[in-house]
Amino acid sequence: MKFTLGWLKDHLETDAPVSQIVETLIRIGLEVDTVDDPAAELSAFRVAHVISAEPHPDADRLQVCTVDTGEGTVQGVCGAPNARAGMKGVFAPVGTWVPGIEVELKAAKIRGVESSGMLVSEREMGLSDEHDGIIDLPADAPVGKPFAEVLGIDDPVIDIELTPNRPDCTGVRGIARDLAAAGLGTLKPFDAAAPVAGSYESPVKWAVAGDGNACSYVVGRHFKGVTNGPSPKWVQDRLRAVGLRPISALVDITNYVSLDLGRPLHVFDAARLKHKTLTMRRAREGEDFTALIEKDFKLDSEMTVIGDGDSAEALAGVMGGLESSCTEDTTEVFLEVALFDPVSVATTGRKLQMESDARYRFERGVDPESAEWGAEVAARLIQEFCGGEVSKPVRAGSMPDWQRSIELRNDRVATLGGVDVPSDRQAEILDALGFETERLNGKMSAAVPSWRPDIGGEADLVEEITRIHGFDRIAPVSLDRDAALPSVAITPEQRRASNVRRTLAACGLDEAVTWSFMGRAQAELFGGELPDTLVLANPISSELDAMRPSILGNLLLAAGRNADRGFADVGLFELGPAYQDATPDGQQLVAAGVRHGNAQGAHWSGKARAADALDAKADAMAAIQGAGGPAANVQVSRDAPDWYHPGRSGVLRLGKNVLAYFGEIHPAVLRGLDVRGPVVGFEVFLDNMPPRKEKGSSRPALHLESLQPVRRDFAFLVNADVQAGDLLRAARAADRDAITDVALFDVYEGKNMEAGKKSLAIQATLQPSEATFTDAEIEEISTRIVAAVEKATGGALRG
Amino acid sequence: MTVPDTTELQESLLAEVTAADSLDALEAVRVSALGKKGAITAQMKGLGQLDGDARKEAGQALNRVKDAVQAAIGARQAMLDSVALEARLASETVDVTLPARPRVEGRLHPVSQVTEECIAIFGEMGFTVAEGPDIEDDFHNFTALNIPPEHPARQMHDTFYLNAEPGRPAPVLRTHTSPVQIRTMETSKPPIRIIAPGRTYRSDSDATHTPMFHQIEALVVDETTHMGHLKGCIIDFCRAFFDIPDLPVRFRPSHFPFTEPSMEVDIGCSREGGELRIGNFGDGANNWLEIMGSGMVHPKVLEYGGIDPTRYQGFAFGMGIDRIAMLKYGIPDLRTFFDADIRWLKHYGFVPLAVPSMVRGL
Repeated sequence: MKFTLGWLKDHLETDAPVSQIVETLIRIGLEVDTVDDPAAELSAFRVAHVISAEPHPDADRLQVCTVDTGEGTVQGVCGAPNARAGMKGVFAPVGTWVPGIEVELKAAKIRGVESSGMLVSEREMGLSDEHDGIIDLPADAPVGKPFAEVLGIDDPVIDIELTPNRPDCTGVRGIARDLAAAGLGTLKPFDAAAPVAGSYESPVKWAVAGDGNACSYVVGRHFKGVTNGPSPKWVQDRLRAVGLRPISALVDITNYVSLDLGRPLHVFDAARLKHKTLTMRRAREGEDFTALIEKDFKLDSEMTVIGDGDSAEALAGVMGGLESSCTEDTTEVFLEVALFDPVSVATTGRKLQMESDARYRFERGVDPESAEWGAEVAARLIQEFCGGEVSKPVRAGSMPDWQRSIELRNDRVATLGGVDVPSDRQAEILDALGFETERLNGKMSAAVPSWRPDIGGEADLVEEITRIHGFDRIAPVSLDRDAALPSVAITPEQRRASNVRRTLAACGLDEAVTWSFMGRAQAELFGGELPDTLVLANPISSELDAMRPSILGNLLLAAGRNADRGFADVGLFELGPAYQDATPDGQQLVAAGVRHGNAQGAHWSGKARAADALDAKADAMAAIQGAGGPAANVQVSRDAPDWYHPGRSGVLRLGKNVLAYFGEIHPAVLRGLDVRGPVVGFEVFLDNMPPRKEKGSSRPALHLESLQPVRRDFAFLVNADVQAGDLLRAARAADRDAITDVALFDVYEGKNMEAGKKSLAIQATLQPSEATFTDAEIEEISTRIVAAVEKATGGALRG
Repeated sequence: MTVPDTTELQESLLAEVTAADSLDALEAVRVSALGKKGAITAQMKGLGQLDGDARKEAGQALNRVKDAVQAAIGARQAMLDSVALEARLASETVDVTLPARPRVEGRLHPVSQVTEECIAIFGEMGFTVAEGPDIEDDFHNFTALNIPPEHPARQMHDTFYLNAEPGRPAPVLRTHTSPVQIRTMETSKPPIRIIAPGRTYRSDSDATHTPMFHQIEALVVDETTHMGHLKGCIIDFCRAFFDIPDLPVRFRPSHFPFTEPSMEVDIGCSREGGELRIGNFGDGANNWLEIMGSGMVHPKVLEYGGIDPTRYQGFAFGMGIDRIAMLKYGIPDLRTFFDADIRWLKHYGFVPLAVPSMVRGL
């Protein structure tokens, strides 16, 4: 919403400078977007009298001009063909920023002649493309006067970003009212609304069809014998200042009233209407409409039109039609001052992607009373600018019942707003905003003005009073707590997630945050066909059209991008959502990670080592440990889902409860993502982590054996397909009391080894509890270990 | 037989000790003096031939020689040991300029760290952390927040919709964290004091908007909380978060469907030289930066949440986590947050041990 200071002063009696007005607008909730003060920008350009213009002694095309600037006489070299003695022009002294050519003027010698300023063209001032010569002003232009004033562009333009709840401020008068309430001046009386007597019955009538269309009430007036020439200069200047192009008196009037009072109007060329009745009705499905912007639209039956017989002559609340629009030849006019349903106008405008000043106002909610006074304001201006005669008003529909009162308890501003405002002052503020207040016992009743559809309850009145009183006058109060010390802010699950995040970072993985969505085809690499409810109806691109069923996809793509940039050794993780379905329970919290390239880079101390499935396993185990999960008790199975390499992947589980997947990513998946492998990865399902069993903070008692443990090594020859985990478990189970640990310290396949066999070497830790083991006891335990392993694996102790 | 004179013996043995220039030579001296066949041992054996006092006297003299020689050997040995150690150490060097064995440590994403910073601050004020699903229903994301069906925010160009199941309304990707307000009100009774950080989605993608971003929401509901508390809470937060005790904070009236009264919050900044800095730079018109929306919870929202608006009231506010992270840590481009470029993660990320806390500092 743009307006000029001068325009504002039509409605507001004030001496306040622009800066104070802007400050106040912001303070009362009318956010100022920009303030353009063309006068300030062009203040150095002033009217000057050219006393003499002599040929330059050393250049044919240049003249040496002596100029009276009003403050003295200066000399400037000028190349314009129209520069001549006696003319009035616009002079810019040395030091002026010349916007059109983006130069700051400096004193210079031009071919040996001093030049301390220039006579400028319109292009040099940035006003137009005109550059045939310097600006040539009328002889009576006062020397020394700022050129912006002469031009009538000295009025600062203020642009406010209007919140959708303030339809009243879509007109300059509403803004003036708010400023007056805030103490910045006095709102002038609204004289323009006084009735204009009609001299004849309108030959055109209104009808509102009973088809549930958007119009509730409409007023019209007919005008005859009008002349639609240009509108007065002051109207044109104002329209131009706020970015509108003056067209003709009639069109300018509708625009002017819309901006001035927030009242959209439409004028039909009555001679071009074919019927005696204009009807507010729903559009027919597929009905054609040619708008006055000379574009064709196909309408639907949800939209409302103004019908002239079968033909739609206007799209209700959005735009008039081309056929019946006013032109320079118009002599008969029919004025439309209607009330339309905001939702319907908004929906229509959105569907057709039509923006207009009328839509802007109707979708916010136009003052219902303006249907009556708008007709008077428009009639007065049309008569004033275009002459002719005006008919008596015609009406159809019924004025909506907008009257309502809201109660405000005397202490409510204090208890909700947190600031004490005396009751009298509260009433004064509301009255200034147009409410009619009545004092009751312990409360106040406020009748809401017709232009404030946004006011619906007591809290709204508190807002009106506090914003005008000033939010800065509400004293800040720090929140107090019930107890001296804060209680725990996060749940055990949130704490677990935070710990896992920090654990994985400590493991050398960098935390990424990637989109919750990905491309559907790529998403389906992780678990097959995606339910349709996880697909976006309106994605911003096909690469981001499905909710991710696994975090891995986006991490793999990220690893690929890093590799493409020349950083192939990447470890990334993300802790975030993965989606199984569209319900709240279908969203899982997952910690996933990938390692691409080397787990250990090339270094003098050892060979580079590519990340493998067991690096991913270590990451997953670390995450489970970080989550406080039973890392020591997890079982490993080989049934990882099919986005993992079938032979190089596993599942970490507690019985049926799956805690994590890990392994090498399936080459086909990498191909589908166009990522070069191998890459390993893991997914840890934090929601599946068993809750902590212990209550309280106490740990179990620590029992330290006083006797030294004994360690014994064993090497077994087993079939190559025997799993180390089975062997270790068997060895560990051989004597649950004495054996406290079994470590695998060597795996050997190959040379000097029978084909299809491998050697697994373990070290068992035997812990005596009451007395040192005798040789016989150690021998006995060792025998049991060998027997247990042989039974479980079919292998044999190596000789 | 007379008592032998041991002086000569002692001197000659001590001279041998001093002359020993290696541990081996010293050992040879020890054996030749104190060994089974050594000089002192031999003389000791001869003592038996002496009588009474003479034997005693001679024995004592020999013992003195033995002690003196042993002490000398000990001293000589320590000296030779130290020489030998020095010689060994002199031969043992490594190139300490070699790069150390790598210990790789990853970094935390700024969104995670800043979220925890917010939790640390609001936790001190008695807030707890609430969460809600990213895929929301229309009721929690819009209707219950007093956003009517025709509101522009509900349009396809602002909101991501998922495909609907036949006959059911389409779920939305939550456009703000505010639905967590409703979910919290539905499942708990006042007094309520929660913050809700999380992922949010809007159908927007340009230099300053990404289709996914992060918000943090605060909700307080009780019988007495008013706009003064809203201001106090936000001012306390902003000053703690940016660690600027005199940071100016300005409250401007605004409009949101879910709060009444509503205000936008600006903080002090400077834009001098094209560089945005947060701080107290005076009250110039260009010295404010909007960082959040806030207000008193709309009575209709309380009602939708199942809370009696005639008895309870409170405030809510929300801001962009990514945005305040950018402002605090000088990160220029929002889009880079979600690209997982390891150069960016290493540069803007945080070490895993730096857990934010008000006591240790954020």
